[in-house]
Order: sequence, then structure tokens, then C-alpha cells
Amino acid sequence: MNSHIHNRRGFLKKSALTTLAGMVGTEIVFAKNMPPHHVPLAFDEGLAGKHPDMVVLSDKPWNVETPPHLLDDAITPVERMFIRNNGLVPEEKIDPSAWTLTIKGESVKQTKTYKISDLKAKFKTYTYQLVLECGGNGRSGYVPQTSGNQWDQGAVSCAEWTGVRLKDILNDVGLKDDAVYIGYYGKDLHPSRDPSKVVISRGVPIKKALEEETLIAWALNGKDLPLMHGFPLRLVVGGWPASVSGKWLHTIAVRNKEHDGAKMDGHSYRVPRQTVMPGEKLAETPENFRIIESMPVKSLITFPKTGAMLDAGKSLALRGHAWAGDVAVKEVMTSIDYGATWQKATLNAAKNRLAWQQWSAQLSFPQKGYYEVWARAIDTNGVSQPMVIPAWNPGGYLNNACHRIAVKVV
Amino acid sequence: MKTNIVFFCAAVVAFCFAAIRREPSAHPSATLTAVADSVDKETGLALDPNFMIVKAQCTSCHSPKLILQHRFTRDEWLSKIRWMQRNHKLWDLGESEKTVLDYLAKHYAPSQSAYSRREALRNVKWYKLEN
Repeated sequence: MNSHIHNRRGFLKKSALTTLAGMVGTEIVFAKNMPPHHVPLAFDEGLAGKHPDMVVLSDKPWNVETPPHLLDDAITPVERMFIRNNGLVPEEKIDPSAWTLTIKGESVKQTKTYKISDLKAKFKTYTYQLVLECGGNGRSGYVPQTSGNQWDQGAVSCAEWTGVRLKDILNDVGLKDDAVYIGYYGKDLHPSRDPSKVVISRGVPIKKALEEETLIAWALNGKDLPLMHGFPLRLVVGGWPASVSGKWLHTIAVRNKEHDGAKMDGHSYRVPRQTVMPGEKLAETPENFRIIESMPVKSLITFPKTGAMLDAGKSLALRGHAWAGDVAVKEVMTSIDYGATWQKATLNAAKNRLAWQQWSAQLSFPQKGYYEVWARAIDTNGVSQPMVIPAWNPGGYLNNACHRIAVKVV
Repeated sequence: MKTNIVFFCAAVVAFCFAAIRREPSAHPSATLTAVADSVDKETGLALDPNFMIVKAQCTSCHSPKLILQHRFTRDEWLSKIRWMQRNHKLWDLGESEKTVLDYLAKHYAPSQSAYSRREALRNVKWYKLEN
């Protein structure tokens, strides 16, 4: 196995080392000391089936982002989907026919367990295009730097998810009147490998859980979920931080209070209730921090890739996506003069609620030179993306500043 | 002579305005504190074994503040030296050029914390767009 990366003595081939160095963005120090037949993780799991230009921020746990120009498809292919894990991918062999989903908690009338085949047989199947964006997407833009994966702009995807509505399952189980929140539990492994520790167990208020687009999904772009994206079952909640879309899902608890699972506390996926000065320290209490709900309005330029050199006199066909959490995008504008003037782009409607919208624009440039092409989306509430980096917060969340690319007219 | 110095300072200031300006408030307080513990009282320049050479080479003609308000890479600092040599009769620094550059690159390098609310696009890989 993996003999293509090893030489006959079981050491990694030089070409494999070069590839690996490219993947992790650095030289592989002590390559000579790697044990014979050792398969570096990068070859084994995290990047399996992924585009070679994906950017690895961390390989333990796996956190991988997509350069904006690779997100040009309306429906993000799996090979171009970002990976965000808090823990390690389940190592046990997964048998989807034996996998179960249990609904329990203070606010259900009964505890009930379903096999995946039960879900498929008992409830109507739906398919939606849903935006999943990491709450920390854009974190690298904050100064002073905040800890966490230093995502650039590519921790976002909009793929086609297939499954059943959580509301149909909860209706079958029966909810008590005091239900306020749901919390998920998955089979990922804590980085410490302590099986008693829960990696991440987040959730959403019952109102969001009961939305039509909130799915218990087994398929992504028409195929079984890949292991890295939650095989065989996951929660998918579009428009909110992707950390609420629990992977390797086995249990949902319906709570009579705000869910108190792992990563619901402190400043995890929370921002200050009152805005703070950049770098300001704040006690990590619920009085000081609120849970992030709907993600803010945002857009990406997915064509052309930054660095395009264009012949003078030619116009530039520009395109991308825009999305706005729970609401829709009303307008996308582009600028080639740092926001002094804006041109309205053509904007399509979303395929369904919580999907991103495609926009396009035809730009012409007055003369040769260096340009930054900026895009700015405005949501249906009239709220637009800021051109500057928005409110600093200790977790480095919600940076929805305008995306821009470099263009030279030559 | 006095006129010369005034002209020189004005030119340097003009040059500096042409370069990227950094808001004093954008300087990280942590850096200022760290510097404050080990700076020369007279010039405000960082104290280290090469301080006296830098002081002699750089502050006989212009204010140390022209250094203090900037954060440049080694190459950018070198281009300032060349510019002063071209335009303001700065002498050949000889062997101390390396010392001066080491000092400037060490204490007055751009830090991630020192840029404004959107930094310049960096590391752009240019390609010809066929359309």
C-alpha cells in the first residue's frame, strides 16, 4: 500500500517529500528520521480526494481551506470543500447499516432511535444547496492576531445536501412545550484520544432546528458523505457557523435550556455583547459573550484568480458568489477605485433559501496600471460588507470584509 | 549649512510621506512597552550593541524620529540609504552599512500588527489572463 510514495527500502521517495513539503508549506524536517513505511497523514486521509491546491492549516486535527478561485462552481465539489475539524476523524470501521441516530433529552416525550434505513423509509427526503461557513473564516485579517486557525477567506462552501428534515424526526419523537435548544453528539475523537472527552457538541435554538432546510443528511452532491465530511450521517444547518452542523452524528439532545455541550461556552463561537477595543481582554462569561447565530453578509470573487494581467482595452468578466446567513443578498457592487465609485453587478436568485447566489459583472479599465477589484454584497436588510476589517473580537470570528483581487492592465 | 539641513529634513519628510504612512495608533502597545524599557533617552532609539554606530551614522543629519515612525524591511531600509546617498550627500557607510541595516531590520521591521485596517495585497502571483 502506498508503494508509489516509498522507495524499495520503505523510505519516502524524494518526490513524495517534495509533495508533502508543498502540502504543509514547509520543509519536512528530520525526513531521514521517519520510520520506514511510515505514511505521513497527509497522504492517508485528510487530503484524500481533495484538490492539490487546497491549503492545509493544520493536519492534526485536519483544517484545510479553499483558495477563492477554486470556489467558482455554483455547487462546491467535494474536492474543493474546506475541512474544519475540532477533533480527530473516527478511527473505528463505520458500518452505515448499523449506524443509529438517537433523539433524547429533557424536552422529548420519548427517547427514540433510528437506523439510517429507518430515516430513509419513514420520512420524506429533501435536497438543498446550503452554505456552510466556519465562524472563524477570515480570522487572519484581525489585528492583533487572535488564536485559532488563521483562515483566509476559503472556509466556506455551498454544496448539495440530501437527507430528511430534522423537524419531521422531532415531530415523530414528540416535543415537550419547554424545548428551547438542540445539541448534537458525534463520534469524532478528542485530540487527547481520551474517549471520555467530547470534542465538540454544539447546537441551535429549537426555532432554527425546526426550519425546513435543517437536515439530517447522508449524502453530499448525490453521493454518500465522505468520511472527512461526516460519514455516514451529519446535521446540516445552513447560514449559521458551520460548527453547528455536527459530523459523524449519533445523538441529538432536545434541551429545556441553552445547550451546554463542548464549545458552547467561553468565547467559543461567541462574540462580545458590547464591542471592544482591538486586543481588549474580557472575562469569558455568558454576560459578556453572545452565541453567534446567523452569519453576516459576504461575497467572494471566484473568477478571475487574483494576479490576472489583462491587455489594455479588453474588458474583464468577473464573477463570484454572495450569501447572507439566514437572509438573502439584495445587491452586489464592484469597484476598481478602492470604493470611490461602485458598479452594480448582475445577481441571480438563490436556488433555495440558505444557498449562495451567483453574481457577475463586466468591468472595463480606464488605462493601464495596477488595480484592486473589490466586491461588496448588501443583504435584504440593507446591511453591507465593510471594506475595512470589522469589529475585533477575542475569538477572531465574523470577518466579512470585502474580498478583492489584484489585476494589472498591461 | 543650516539651510542645507533644513532642506534635507524637509526632503526626507516629503519622502516619508510618499512611503506608506503608518498611524501611530496602529503601533502595537506591546511593542512600544518593550521598546520603552530599552531605549536611549535622548534619541528614543532602541539600545543594543550597535546603537552608537547607528546614532553616529543616522542622526547627525536628521531626527531619529524619521526612523522611529517607520517600519520597513531590510531592503526598504537599504533603499532609503541609497536615496539619501543619491540626493543628500550621505557618505558611503562602508562596513557599518551592514551593522546599520542589521539594527534597523531588527528593531524597525514591519510587524503584522503595524498595518492599517486593510494591508496591501501581498505575494501576488501574476499570470496572463486569456480572454
